[in-house]
Amino acid sequence: MELKEKILSSFMAFEEKITDVNNPLHDIRTLAIKNFENKGFPTRKEEAWKYTSLNAILKNDFSVFAKKDNAVDFADVKKYFLNEVDTYKLVFVDGIFSSHLSSTTHDGLDVCLMSSALNKPKYKMYIDEYFNKIANLEDSLTSLNTAFSQEGAYINIPKSKVVDKPIEILFFSTGSEAALMTQPRNLIIVGENAHVQIVERHQSLNSNPVLTNSVTEIFSQKYANVDYYKIQNDLQTANLIDNTYIAQKQDSHVSVHTFSFGGNITRNNLNFYHQGEHIDSTLKGITIIGDKQHVDHYTLVQHASPNCESHQNYKTILDGSATGVFNGKIFVEKEAQKTDAFQQNNNILLSDKATINAKPQLEIFADDVKCSHGCTIGQLDESAMFYMQQRGIGKKEAKALLMYAFTSEVTNSVKIPELRSKIARIIADKLGVNMGFDL
Amino acid sequence: MLQIKNLHASVEDKEILKGINLEVKAGEVHAIMGPNGAGKSTLSSIIAGNENYNVTAGEIILEGEDISELAPEERAHKGVFLSFQYPVEIPGVSVTNFMKTAINESRKARGQEDMPANEMLKLIREKSELLEIDRKFLSRSLNEGFSGGEKKRNEIFQMAMLEPKLAILDETDSGLDIDALRIVANGVNKLKNETNAVLVITHYQRLLDYIVPDFVHVLMDGKIVKSGDASLALELEEKGYDWIKNELVESQKS
Repeated sequence: MELKEKILSSFMAFEEKITDVNNPLHDIRTLAIKNFENKGFPTRKEEAWKYTSLNAILKNDFSVFAKKDNAVDFADVKKYFLNEVDTYKLVFVDGIFSSHLSSTTHDGLDVCLMSSALNKPKYKMYIDEYFNKIANLEDSLTSLNTAFSQEGAYINIPKSKVVDKPIEILFFSTGSEAALMTQPRNLIIVGENAHVQIVERHQSLNSNPVLTNSVTEIFSQKYANVDYYKIQNDLQTANLIDNTYIAQKQDSHVSVHTFSFGGNITRNNLNFYHQGEHIDSTLKGITIIGDKQHVDHYTLVQHASPNCESHQNYKTILDGSATGVFNGKIFVEKEAQKTDAFQQNNNILLSDKATINAKPQLEIFADDVKCSHGCTIGQLDESAMFYMQQRGIGKKEAKALLMYAFTSEVTNSVKIPELRSKIARIIADKLGVNMGFDL
Repeated sequence: MLQIKNLHASVEDKEILKGINLEVKAGEVHAIMGPNGAGKSTLSSIIAGNENYNVTAGEIILEGEDISELAPEERAHKGVFLSFQYPVEIPGVSVTNFMKTAINESRKARGQEDMPANEMLKLIREKSELLEIDRKFLSRSLNEGFSGGEKKRNEIFQMAMLEPKLAILDETDSGLDIDALRIVANGVNKLKNETNAVLVITHYQRLLDYIVPDFVHVLMDGKIVKSGDASLALELEEKGYDWIKNELVESQKS
């Protein structure tokens, strides 16, 4: 049976088990599965998927659900957490919440489960107001997620609350299924003038194939401040399609940093929608991959109101036969005068077989705006290599230092120091060097 | 210390050095002067091991060992230092971290442990005072946004930190105002001793007022065409390079 057929037939059983037909979620899910049924998985014939083909991974016989609860020992997964700093933790194993690995709270803020939020009456008003409200209803993969949405993070920060520690959201795949597909669904509501820092990570624990189709909706109320970090350093057999939708109200600041260091196919659909003036949006990313890995960043910033800013900065280093894609779309509506939109995309190719497809896309309908974009593709600077080697630094270390230097504009703006160190260590590890200091 | 024998080098099939012979003994300062395009910077790059040039013949011997096949970092570990004419900017890497890495890489190559942190700090303090470098400067990204003078001073600071056997100063005076020139020259003179040697590459005589050479060589069209003592530099400053060209033409005729 083809994966699509398998998914469609699983849906009936899934719905029967969890939703009563009077719940509005029933209609949302039914509409979503219909959209997925009509559109199917995206193919390269679609402009948005021109450079990323899912064909090979869809040949896997993915299970749509994990057959059983799989336990994971903290000791085995400790290294994937931010250990040097106290955090709230939402941990999921094969799509199912793991209470013993998690550290949730309802004390002045909600850091808890999507399954509770979807099913308990006290959250109903938030679900009605926010769930599936900013996600793209036309997008087939988002619809697929919506149809099966059941578990993930639910975070609700009330007005003026400054969250005292970062929130970690981790999704582990144990590989106890031969091949597993999961549909994590996160909803994050950040109240007026509230501050929060969130780190999200998807991690396979063995090399059985995984396809994660994740949807995250983030609502940032006015004057709110949200820093979101995505760490993608997964195994060669893990595939991730990340669909993140962010709605910002006036004077809010939202930043998303995406660190893509591993995985087989990784697709990041990152969408910002402006709903007020003086909004500031930051989209930054570092991609360092090799072998046959593939990372595709597909960003959209929808400037819909005057006096807003967006800053994009994506750095890519590709080795081996790796392929990278950067498609950055900035849309400036007619009303969005005085928009200041900036986009930068720098790429380094370390091998003749590596490929980057870079495509800035600016659609501007306002007449008084500042929009700039720059894109470079090159090799490591030989004169800089010689300079460092002359000072006694070996070729491998010199290369690593140059890569650090190349990515520093992105790492420097990570606001959690422990995370910045962790990223530096992951980079050093990838490059096989030990610099003896964190950059 | 350094012996260069019949050194020929080319870049993209164009021969730039056409048989250089030079001997620098420990404790000596040599200056290499010459017009633009004579091959001065090429010579310094080649001694340091820049792989963009092909050494087609000859030897570069440092303390009895031919280093012409070694990688740039291996030459650095053996005590070769090149102060660059155009130091490279490395954003995101502070001067301090860069120096720590450089020093410990050299120590590792020599089979030594990393330098203890307190010793490193002491060394940094001592050498930055010598070059009159503000401590704040050391936490800035290497060469990024530095003025021309700051870059050159930072080069000599690195030289002071690494204590090379052979220091090559490639146009270190270019872009320096008189105060910076004095600080840089003073730094070099203080580092100078009987066990190391300095090769000063310069177009102008000015720097040689401060770093007084034992020998001056004139490099023209890929060859050393004349050698003398410090007074040769003064003569070149006064008369330019044309008279040497004429002398050469005359001698070739006869």
